Amino acid sequence: MAKRIQTVDLDCYYGDFLAVSDINIDIEPRSVTAFIGPSGCGKTTFLRTLNRMHEVTPGARAEGKILLDDEDINAPNVDPVRVRSTVGMVFQRPNPFPTMSIRENVLAGYQLNGIRLSRSEADNVLERSLTGANLWGEVKDRLDRPGGGLSGGQQQRLCIARTIAIEPDVILMDEPASALDPISTLAIEDLIHELKKDYTVVIVTHNMQQAARVADKTAFFNLQAIGEPGKLIEYDDTTTIFNNPANQQTEDYISGRFG
Amino acid sequence: MSSQIRSRANSKPQGSQQDPDGRKKPEDMTPQTHQKSRLDSLTAHRKPTWTWMAAAAGSAILSLLITLVAFESFSVIGFGVIAGVLFVGSMYVVSRVLEDRLKATDELWRHLVWTSFIVALIPLISVIWSVVSQGLPTLISNPGLLTADMAGVAGADDIATQNEGASLQGGILHGLVGTIMITLMASVISIPVGLFASIYLTEYGNRNAFSRGIRFFVDVMTGIPSIVAGLFAFAGMTLIVELTIGSSPQALQSVKTGFTAAIALSVLMIPVVVRSTEEMLQVVADELREASYALGVRKWRTIMKVVLPTAMSGIASGVTLAIARVAGETAPILVTAGYVAMTNWNPFSEWMTALPVFIYRQLINPTAPAAGDPSTARAWAGALVLIVIVMGLNLAARAIAKYFAPKTGK
Ligand SMILES: Nc1ncnc2c1ncn2[C@@H]1O[C@H](COP(=O)(O)OP(=O)(O)OP(=O)(O)O)[C@@H](O)[C@H]1O
Ligand SMILES: [Mg+2]
Repeated sequence: MAKRIQTVDLDCYYGDFLAVSDINIDIEPRSVTAFIGPSGCGKTTFLRTLNRMHEVTPGARAEGKILLDDEDINAPNVDPVRVRSTVGMVFQRPNPFPTMSIRENVLAGYQLNGIRLSRSEADNVLERSLTGANLWGEVKDRLDRPGGGLSGGQQQRLCIARTIAIEPDVILMDEPASALDPISTLAIEDLIHELKKDYTVVIVTHNMQQAARVADKTAFFNLQAIGEPGKLIEYDDTTTIFNNPANQQTEDYISGRFG
Repeated sequence: MSSQIRSRANSKPQGSQQDPDGRKKPEDMTPQTHQKSRLDSLTAHRKPTWTWMAAAAGSAILSLLITLVAFESFSVIGFGVIAGVLFVGSMYVVSRVLEDRLKATDELWRHLVWTSFIVALIPLISVIWSVVSQGLPTLISNPGLLTADMAGVAGADDIATQNEGASLQGGILHGLVGTIMITLMASVISIPVGLFASIYLTEYGNRNAFSRGIRFFVDVMTGIPSIVAGLFAFAGMTLIVELTIGSSPQALQSVKTGFTAAIALSVLMIPVVVRSTEEMLQVVADELREASYALGVRKWRTIMKVVLPTAMSGIASGVTLAIARVAGETAPILVTAGYVAMTNWNPFSEWMTALPVFIYRQLINPTAPAAGDPSTARAWAGALVLIVIVMGLNLAARAIAKYFAPKTGK
């Protein structure tokens, strides 16, 4: 449970294009880390390399080391599918499986992998995950309705429930609340607070207040110019980043003086 | 961690009720005065709602007069064309005079679109009408047509039917069986091949040179004339028979079977299945595939359990339409399965008749050359059954699409 993530000299490429370069970061277990930075600086790209999701994109590759509790996930004999069940991911847009009910969506990680659960095990997983995602009360009476029939915020929490159902060690979230209303956003932020007790959580966000509210540590990414690779500029406690940043670029960005 | 952050996180309601940016949108600055002055004129420049009825009636009467004067007798086609032109034109002029230019142009195009829709329906409806009106009476008075074949029916029987009013002999059973068996075999061959090919193209091909090549040839194949497909299957089977059984006349005789016809139909069907399935698979959002991968699901299971079910409604209806499309083929079956009078259930030996071939033969070579009416009646009955089959497949496609469609109901 809850593993530490370290990257060493990580470069991410799309074909020949170097999108992110030279990332060295050390993410504590059982903490929330926020990635902030201007659009196009490579937050999504970097996040996707952390569970080898980038390999789904043709031409994308990463060079350097990513250590998950000292185990290199890019080592040649590592199975990317295993990595992804250890490092779960929640996407920017809620993407429940449209053909499945709420119940099936939550159990999708088992069902799609052909793992059979007994009825009581399945019910346990279902209730634990939906409760963990703050959704149980809202859907417990309609578990057999289609997942696509929920509101956007509920769908996103359903996707989080689906991710925690398989008990990963790390949860990556790419702007999980950017498509949501303030109430759902708060529900998700509360949830992230809860999740940190058991998981290592990494969240990408464009909302500074959100980063300040949920994250223990914040990483600021930036790129020098269009076509240049994105870089990790500053990584520190969230309070330091927001109140007393060491780097001028960070200060400009968080105070809105960003050109 | 600082208590400041904690407290901000806990004081949720006030914190986020505000706009995320903390700024207020200048929504209450909508120019109200402007809107008000326009409100008075909302009903101005509108022609009365009954205009179109008046225009339609006027066009009809005028067109009737013109037709009678110009053609000296009533002609439906002439009347329809002239009335249509008059109606569209007069509506444009009225709208132009009473309303404005943009509105008139808008109406003109709307009427043109409607007119072409009606024109497009005319052939469809007249085909259905002629088949039903000619085939249905025969089928109702001779339901035995559905359960009998043409074995043993001689020219004398038809002469007796036509001249002495004896009951209609023979039937279309052999054609029905042939069509079902051949189409079924063609589907059994084409659907898996087509599905796997399109899965390769969308999920594995990554637009590499090989998949681009396949896509190109599939496009070419959708365009080949069906008789060429028939000749291809015939030549191919002849080659196989010569290599395995030998080239004696009996051996070559065994080339013509329902199976060879099924291969010919597959050549026509596979590209249609590949194309329609590929399109459906491409519509499945990549986000769903990624959601599945992110749960640690392997590619093949993702395809089987997420991608295919999501696209299933479109795939099923595309496949059913492809079946309907080849069920009506004549030429490729004629050259590959021949034509016999008796019912043959075995697609792997002996000749086999399909309904379209039966219809064609009955019309071109009536059983009794001197008395063609009974043959014509059987042909129309066969045509009706064929149309019912094809329409049934189309309806099935719709039902399947609806059954598999992703459900979003609350
Ligand atoms: N599939 C792709 N192929 C090629 N280049 C890509 C691809 N995805 C992203 N990029 C490029 O990589 C760089 C980083 O993109 P990325 O999506 O990681 O930015 P981001 O920080 O997540 O931006 P945002 O805040 O807008 O989501 C950009 O220059 C982008 O154009
Ligand atoms: Mg992004």
